[in-house]
Amino acid sequence: MSRANLLDRRAVVRSLLAERGDLLVVTGLGAPAWDATAAGDSPLTFPLWGAMGSAATVGLGLALAQPDRDVLVLTGDGEMLMGLGSLATIAVQRPANLALVVLDNERYGETGMQETHTALGVDLAAIAAGCGFAQSETIRAMAGVEALRERLRARQGPLFAQIKIAADSPPLVLPPRDGGLLKTRFRAALLGPGADLA
Amino acid sequence: MSAGGGVDWPADSYAALKSADIRQVAYVPDAGHARLIQLCAGDPRMRMVPLTSEEEGVGLAAGAWLGGQRSVLLMQSSGVGNCINALALIETCRFPLLTLVTMRGEFGEFNPWQVPMGRATPEALACADVLVQRVSEAAEVGAAVAGAARLAFASYCAVAVLLSQQLVGAKSFQK
Repeated sequence: MSRANLLDRRAVVRSLLAERGDLLVVTGLGAPAWDATAAGDSPLTFPLWGAMGSAATVGLGLALAQPDRDVLVLTGDGEMLMGLGSLATIAVQRPANLALVVLDNERYGETGMQETHTALGVDLAAIAAGCGFAQSETIRAMAGVEALRERLRARQGPLFAQIKIAADSPPLVLPPRDGGLLKTRFRAALLGPGADLA
Repeated sequence: MSAGGGVDWPADSYAALKSADIRQVAYVPDAGHARLIQLCAGDPRMRMVPLTSEEEGVGLAAGAWLGGQRSVLLMQSSGVGNCINALALIETCRFPLLTLVTMRGEFGEFNPWQVPMGRATPEALACADVLVQRVSEAAEVGAAVAGAARLAFASYCAVAVLLSQQLVGAKSFQK
């Protein structure tokens, strides 16, 4: 298939996070974290720098704890493949406020652009649908991304979207690396300055 | 108290979790946790989250804490190894983590495949910066879980309570 029409990852994430307001964001390690930071660092973004495969379940714990807030997990195909079981775990919880968006370049971008299983026929959206996600789709055009942004607020999830993006490496835009800082600033922004005084 | 006059330690565990305001109960089932799972499932304030693999409970614990809730992870010793890389999230960010681990591969084990992970469990957890507290007496379980919960959530620690096979076996397999 022609790769010329694939979406630009920074444009996709910029669009998803435009006017994000009080949206809570968890990112998987690597490029999705850089993309989210390039769109604007926020205390309400919790980027993982490791624990590969955990982004989805961090998002689930957060979505269950905060049912009145919208939660977006933004991760890559390699990270999602490492946590496939979490799709089943999320689907049975049916968190209406959780969206799981996979930026799928079909590559392990941080390690030399080796092909992932999605380059070789594995269909993540079909797996999510099979697990029982309320909505699951593959997006190949910016119009689909813009429509998805609206549905992040619709509380009709859990929602799964796999967005086919180009396999390029835009400049690094790094979030803080200090996990303690990332956790504390997120909790303070979400729960208030007294979050850790109880 | 159970019909036999012994201590109902799963009920004591449940009471300790309830008292610690645990709101998300992540678990991979184990016979030794069966009664505790049943008790928690009957509590409308506890959200039961069955996992396909134990490391999902580590991510869940981090997310729950980010959102202002406390969770517990129930698993068998064979699942501890599955959690190791995910535990980097807990150590690096200083997330609280409370896990109750039922032991296999030690007292009276009949399945040799359970022995390696059972033997490695305390050291594997310690290597991942998890504080390990073993309980072998039924009468001590409630206080141990309560103390571990306080340690985890008040002092931002990862704490594993290992429920020995002597304890679990005596209650669950030798009826």
